[in-house]
Amino acid sequence: MPPSGIREFFDLVQEMDDVISLGVGEPDFPTPWKICDAAIQGLRHGITSYTSNAGLLELREAIAEDLYARYGVEYDPANEIVITAGVSEGMDVAMRAVLNTGDEVVVPQPCYVSYVPCVELAGGRAIALETREDDAFRLQPAALDEVITDRTRALLMGYPNNPTGAVMSRDDLLPIAEVADRHDLLVISDEIYAHLTYDGSHTCFASLPGMKARTLLLNGFSKAYAMTGWRLGYACGPPELIEGLVRVHGYTALCGSVIAQLGALEALRSCEPEMRQMVQQYDERRRVFVKGLNDIGLRCFEPKGAFYAFPSVQETGLTSREFSRRLLFEEKVAVVPGPAFGPCGEGFVRCTYATAMDQLQEALARLSNFVQRLGT
Amino acid sequence: MHRLLEILEHEGPVPAEDLATRLGCSVEAVEASLQQAREQGLLLRYSALISWDKADKPHVFAFIEVEATPEHGTGFDHVADYIGRFDEVHSVYLMSGRADLTVVVQGEDFREIARFVAEKLAPAPGVKATATSFVLKTYKMEGELLTEEPGNKRLAVSP
Repeated sequence: MPPSGIREFFDLVQEMDDVISLGVGEPDFPTPWKICDAAIQGLRHGITSYTSNAGLLELREAIAEDLYARYGVEYDPANEIVITAGVSEGMDVAMRAVLNTGDEVVVPQPCYVSYVPCVELAGGRAIALETREDDAFRLQPAALDEVITDRTRALLMGYPNNPTGAVMSRDDLLPIAEVADRHDLLVISDEIYAHLTYDGSHTCFASLPGMKARTLLLNGFSKAYAMTGWRLGYACGPPELIEGLVRVHGYTALCGSVIAQLGALEALRSCEPEMRQMVQQYDERRRVFVKGLNDIGLRCFEPKGAFYAFPSVQETGLTSREFSRRLLFEEKVAVVPGPAFGPCGEGFVRCTYATAMDQLQEALARLSNFVQRLGT
Repeated sequence: MHRLLEILEHEGPVPAEDLATRLGCSVEAVEASLQQAREQGLLLRYSALISWDKADKPHVFAFIEVEATPEHGTGFDHVADYIGRFDEVHSVYLMSGRADLTVVVQGEDFREIARFVAEKLAPAPGVKATATSFVLKTYKMEGELLTEEPGNKRLAVSP
């Protein structure tokens, strides 16, 4: 199993000073203080024990309420939700609970770096399915239909997407649901960027007609509430599926960190305004950054979710890796080469706009210098 | 409009083109909003936020609770306006609670403020009594936390 393409680049950047990093996959805001305060109060009151394997019931209840309020999907906190150490652990546990050796999982790409390894670690076979810039990096139902075999057990997708920023609207998802239904697929839907949806609202896959029964919804607090280091996420699905996840999770992680669970509970109870404020700022940076990229001549399709832009560097004549390395060494701007997210990411780089506005503008100026120099 | 004002409040003057891009509207719409904000007295001026504690220049703030005599029909408006005209006065607020007004005064040192209170503020028409509290240290102002060490805590590259 190869190391993550992101990790490889990280080592290069670490050795340099004055780098503007657009290579991060996390918010630049600190966790809202109300959340930190709730965790601190928990420690002061001695709430430091294990929780049940599935996590604090109070938190599961708050998650169920939140999902119902946002998407109209009803999950029973008693047996349809499990708290995990971020979506990362949820993903791993899900694969181990669901897959038998040789089972196939369709993974649309470009996608987050852990999808394929998680499938493989659980003995499954990841079937990469390329999405294209011309389709705004959305999964196409016909293409999905084509790669399904007798061994296909699940579809694993993440929208809003890391690294492309693509989203799938309700109309885009309905035909995917139809394919999933026809082939009796489980849909593992990583919706960690759901709150970071601009121009319209996010559609939860489980909210589509008939889909709750065949959806494993993964989500967490890292991105929306700026809580990446807290490591807290959750998985929701039908009781028999969640029972399997809880069993694997119970034997490996035992339970999510109780301190982080207290923080997450506070996030759901009182941090909607802080979250909206952050989303508003990402949206403004998104507009500035994407326009800036296009003005420079780095063609960038409009990302409608997450906090990434995924511009094409094909016009420069460089590969993604060459572009990223030279940009780092010559202009001290760090981006991540597209192939880190699957072979079809070649020709693109991922840039995070969860970066202060003045830094973004400076990065655009440096990118502009770089691209102009390449052109002459 | 509210978001536009928030941006200006935090960042100072921003070119209309940049505001239009950020907010996803036309430059004309931004310019119209800016003009309207100036005309209606919403947008008063642009200024910088300075942490004077860190500067060499001596700088002292005091919060002064003022008891005043209200007038028929206008309440405390006249006395507040009178006090507010002194250059030493940073801001004047009508308050609920024990005092009628809170006056924020700035000066170079404690003596300067003491002299201002004794010679100007306390004898001002309508002022009955004052209680002065000096600021010893500023921890947060205008939403800006001053105790935070600057610097990036994130890894340079992460998934």
